[in-house]
Amino acid sequence: MSNKFTRYVSNVKSKYKLKYHITYYILIAFTLIFTVISLTGGMKRSSAFLLEQIGYSIILAVSLSLVVGFLGELSLGHAGFMCLGAYFAAYFQNALAPDFTKSLPLLSLIVAMLIGGLVAAIFGFIIGLPALRLKGDYLAIVTLAFGEIVKVIFENARAFGGAFGMKNAFRFDTDFLFIVIFLTAILTVAVVNNLIRSKHGRAITAIRDNEIAARAMGVNVSFYKITVFVLSAFLAGIGGALFAASSNSFSSKTFDYNYSINILVMVVLGGMGSINGSIIAATVITFLNVKLAATLTGNLAALKNLIYALILIGMVIYNNAPKLKDFRAKYNLRNLWSKLYAWLHKLFCKKKPVDDPAAEKADEGDWSKIPTKVEMDAILSTDLTPDTNYTPDKPDKPGKEKGGEQ
Amino acid sequence: MANETTNAMQTATPSYETPQEEYVLKTENLGISFGGLKAAQNVNLRIKKGALYGLIGPNGAGKTTVFNMLTGVYKPTTGKFFLCGEDLTGLDQATINKKGIARTFQNIRLFNNMSVIKNVLIGLANQPEYKCNLVQSIFRTPRYYETENAMRNEAKSILSVFGLLEERNQLAYNLPYGKQRKLEIARAIATRPKLLLLDEPAAGMNPQETEELMETIQFVRKHFNVTVLLIEHDMKLVSGICEELTVLNFGETLAAGETKDVLSRPEVVKAYLGDE
Repeated sequence: MSNKFTRYVSNVKSKYKLKYHITYYILIAFTLIFTVISLTGGMKRSSAFLLEQIGYSIILAVSLSLVVGFLGELSLGHAGFMCLGAYFAAYFQNALAPDFTKSLPLLSLIVAMLIGGLVAAIFGFIIGLPALRLKGDYLAIVTLAFGEIVKVIFENARAFGGAFGMKNAFRFDTDFLFIVIFLTAILTVAVVNNLIRSKHGRAITAIRDNEIAARAMGVNVSFYKITVFVLSAFLAGIGGALFAASSNSFSSKTFDYNYSINILVMVVLGGMGSINGSIIAATVITFLNVKLAATLTGNLAALKNLIYALILIGMVIYNNAPKLKDFRAKYNLRNLWSKLYAWLHKLFCKKKPVDDPAAEKADEGDWSKIPTKVEMDAILSTDLTPDTNYTPDKPDKPGKEKGGEQ
Repeated sequence: MANETTNAMQTATPSYETPQEEYVLKTENLGISFGGLKAAQNVNLRIKKGALYGLIGPNGAGKTTVFNMLTGVYKPTTGKFFLCGEDLTGLDQATINKKGIARTFQNIRLFNNMSVIKNVLIGLANQPEYKCNLVQSIFRTPRYYETENAMRNEAKSILSVFGLLEERNQLAYNLPYGKQRKLEIARAIATRPKLLLLDEPAAGMNPQETEELMETIQFVRKHFNVTVLLIEHDMKLVSGICEELTVLNFGETLAAGETKDVLSRPEVVKAYLGDE
């Protein structure tokens, strides 16, 4: 037993790479920092709300990146799954088990998340079925229609509050909700990362790269497509449940086409097939959205979408600008770390690696060998008169030669 | 007891059982028609175990169509085919691959945005000893680490056979053409096939690369103990390594038999070079 355990530990150690886990560390560090701030009472309500929004945006972006970035299918109905998760979670917390929610808020929230996720996953399965036959734009239309259908159904469902929306009477403690959301986000990232870095993840990326070859290599394309849709919907449902938990009341109008596109923008901007990119883009875009909405009030509110669009266009255009690329290559985190390391090394380890002075001199010697003064006489004295005896080869012109023979 | 009964059954139908053991691939009147177009018909291949079999013919003769039928891309409209006596007609591509037929493509179809070693790992994923389900993968159970390490080791050994070990972390897209071809064969070999189908492996290669490829194919056949069926237009390669040939023309079998014998037949020469 212990032998098995040590082998497991050594396996984990051998597979461990900092670059694969740095995302978790950063997210955990942020969670801890904000928890401390919140506990000391230094957190404004608006800041906590912003953190909540960032948290569930990360969940949504990462779950959509599974479909768009890794499976390579375009889905425009992600807000639909989120909507299902949000409504069913809120319905469970407020209508089905209000007492349970009052007495055990955290447990109730977790159960609500699972319920929202499962309901969304069932619909993910249903949407996954046409995904087996449809591709590209056609699948995008199906998912878009799905999102709109879900929105309209909830708008007209009396049990879920109809057009007025769902009221969330028993809210989770607002000071601590963002911690729950962040922890769920970390879990989501871990699940998606682990899936992608396994043989199943490789199969999924293989389908994206070349479906015909993937089939020929024995990849069960149908199984993986359905799995990805179900898992993505499940995580989106959880994101929706957290969305519900972070709002006093919400209506299905929120989960419209624009919201789906917004999530898609996070995935595309972060880079297809990059989970870390999705996380960063989700954070930046949510921050941008919220801050723009907060600063532009009154008549200026109309400018919000314009500025938002301009910023996005700017990001897309200048993301690959050569100067910006150089800048990033020069000042990226890895370089910063190596510089910091060198600096610390210099600071604490007095013994500096000394270059060999002899080698340096030898290097200088190479330069002295280069002739500084070219002897022009020798060059000028060379005979440049053309050699009269030399006859160049006549180029073969078969037509002419033949003519001569004839 | 069980052995005796099976023996008895075999002796009851000896004429039927013995030839099936001998042939890795056997097709019976295999054919497909797209509407009115008969792309291939009455293809009867008999490939012995460990053989290097060539499938040749002019352009549009239906060679790749036969490959597509054998790998399940198309469902044959007539006839059947057997792999080691097992009827695989009408199964889907993934199942046929698991049963033991792997292929390469005429125009290279690698997983371009994945590293070289991952291309091979895709091929290995279906092996029973590397079974590791979704939940085990997501929660990183000991099983995940065991299978993952074992898979990587095997992938490395396969890559070293093909001389691709150095490039294992490069993207497949960045490999030179000849190595991409090799990687495609390596990926197919990773699925541990009984029968390897090579679709024009020498297309676009210079004579030197073709020479190297011939050696590779010979070596692969012995090292991995597979039977090879290949489509090729390069007559030097075909006459150099193939033991037997089938010539297709307009979807029908024109000739079949020993390589030298087939290539000298007047109807084959006529199909390739036209009437005098």
